[in-house]
Amino acid sequence: MTLSRDVLIRWMQLFAQSIEANKDYLTDLDSAIGDADHGANMHRGMQAVLSKLPTVAESDIGSILKTVGMTLVSTVGGASGPLYGTFFIQMASGASNKMELTLEDYINALQAGINGIVMRGKAHLQDKTMLDALQPALDALKQAAESGASLQDALEQSAAAAAAGRDATTPLLARKGRASYLGDRSIGHQDPGATSSHLLLQSLVDAVKA
Amino acid sequence: MKKLINHPENVVTEALQGMESAHADLIKVHYNPNYIVRADAPVSGKVGLLSGGGSGHEPMHGGFVGYGMLDAACPGAVFTSPTPDQMLEATKAINGGAGVLHIVKNYTGDVMNFEMAADLARSEGIEVEAVVIDDDVAVQDSLYTAGRRGVGLTVLAEKICGAAAEAKHSLQEVTEVCRKVNSQGRSMGMALTSCTVPHAGKPTFEIGEDEMEIGIGIHGEPGRQRMKIKTAAEIVEMLVKPIVEDLPFKSGDEVLAFVNGMGGTPLIELYLVYNEVQKLLSAHGIKITRHLIGSYITSLEMAGTSVTLLKLDDQLTKLWDAPVKTPALRWGM
Repeated sequence: MTLSRDVLIRWMQLFAQSIEANKDYLTDLDSAIGDADHGANMHRGMQAVLSKLPTVAESDIGSILKTVGMTLVSTVGGASGPLYGTFFIQMASGASNKMELTLEDYINALQAGINGIVMRGKAHLQDKTMLDALQPALDALKQAAESGASLQDALEQSAAAAAAGRDATTPLLARKGRASYLGDRSIGHQDPGATSSHLLLQSLVDAVKA
Repeated sequence: MKKLINHPENVVTEALQGMESAHADLIKVHYNPNYIVRADAPVSGKVGLLSGGGSGHEPMHGGFVGYGMLDAACPGAVFTSPTPDQMLEATKAINGGAGVLHIVKNYTGDVMNFEMAADLARSEGIEVEAVVIDDDVAVQDSLYTAGRRGVGLTVLAEKICGAAAEAKHSLQEVTEVCRKVNSQGRSMGMALTSCTVPHAGKPTFEIGEDEMEIGIGIHGEPGRQRMKIKTAAEIVEMLVKPIVEDLPFKSGDEVLAFVNGMGGTPLIELYLVYNEVQKLLSAHGIKITRHLIGSYITSLEMAGTSVTLLKLDDQLTKLWDAPVKTPALRWGM
């Protein structure tokens, strides 16, 4: 089994739906430790992505991912725009001219996307950021691949690891972004970026199953 | 919410249209992506200066576009960073062949968006440098936070670097001047009232009739402490003391003192604040040789003030005095 262009398009559609359904939840999380715009900003960005998807439906996977990234960069604003935008643009870099992704291709793409986020955001693990959901997800994906799991099982384990990583951000002290100014007051709140990152990976599981 | 607006979603665009028709001799406004550019851009052989940030801080940055200051400014949504596509287009529009300097206030979103824009511009063959302004002493600067916020010093950096660029200094030289301003200036602010972001519709924070917030950020971020209101003399001491101790400013120093209004404070109070700043500094043996008083970096309708001190030398003084002609700041021509 591989990830086809259709699955990737469906991934983005389901992520947009998931963001819409969780818009107020993300904003509530963000108002506790940030500036209360994560839900609205991501929603605006994914709506713009939805309107762009038809223009790349016939393109290779690299073009689809790059279009998603560039659209997010120019519509989301704040810190999430460059971070999610860089994530997709870097994922795209190894996927140009590909019409499908094997599990190994996807692992490489996710690794490239995470590298992009680290480069852009200069975050480390346990800084209470989206990296705390994405890095465990990548680790779980690699482990699943090594143990010979199917693509779908590997993606499910990856999303589960992202959920655990997201939950583990709650007791952390924020060291990046506006939340870092709160010092100890950031402890006890779940990170909004880690939360939307889990939604992203869960949407891929749903897209494969659909 | 009581505001002079038509619709919350159109505030930024309609204000840009107003600036465009009022100042057609100085600036041009581009829409989608939004940026304000000097009417005669690009100026051949001159370093281009670009700044930008969320809207709601007017006249910063758009009001500082013109001769002797910025070549372009990118306005974001209210209190939200502009995006790299705006910054890339503005960078291209002001590149006169001598490179472009991005002056960036230290907020996570602004820094990342400007970094992406610089990467994109460099990949198109434009030489780009960036300086991040982080002058707010209210915020703890450590490896474990996003660092100090960029506030009042940004206005002074834009004026001084604008003069250096106008004098045809190289990109390297203008960048060095900007870093020098950032290393020699410090600020701190306070608020008497909150502000209301148009599309939010309610005040950013609640504050009692008899309370003030010391160390406020320009987006209404919490400061160092909330307390009962005091006299102007006591408040100024709470702002100036941390500034003086941080650099530190020493007896015999000559400084530019910038007393800024947050948007809802009248000039009469700002002069009263300046009077207190002047008395306090002179007691420390610090001499004000240049000053700026008025609401130049605001936080919508917030009432309050910020104080910025910049240590001057002959080079910075000369650049400060050089002619400037923008919608919000003009002298010498």
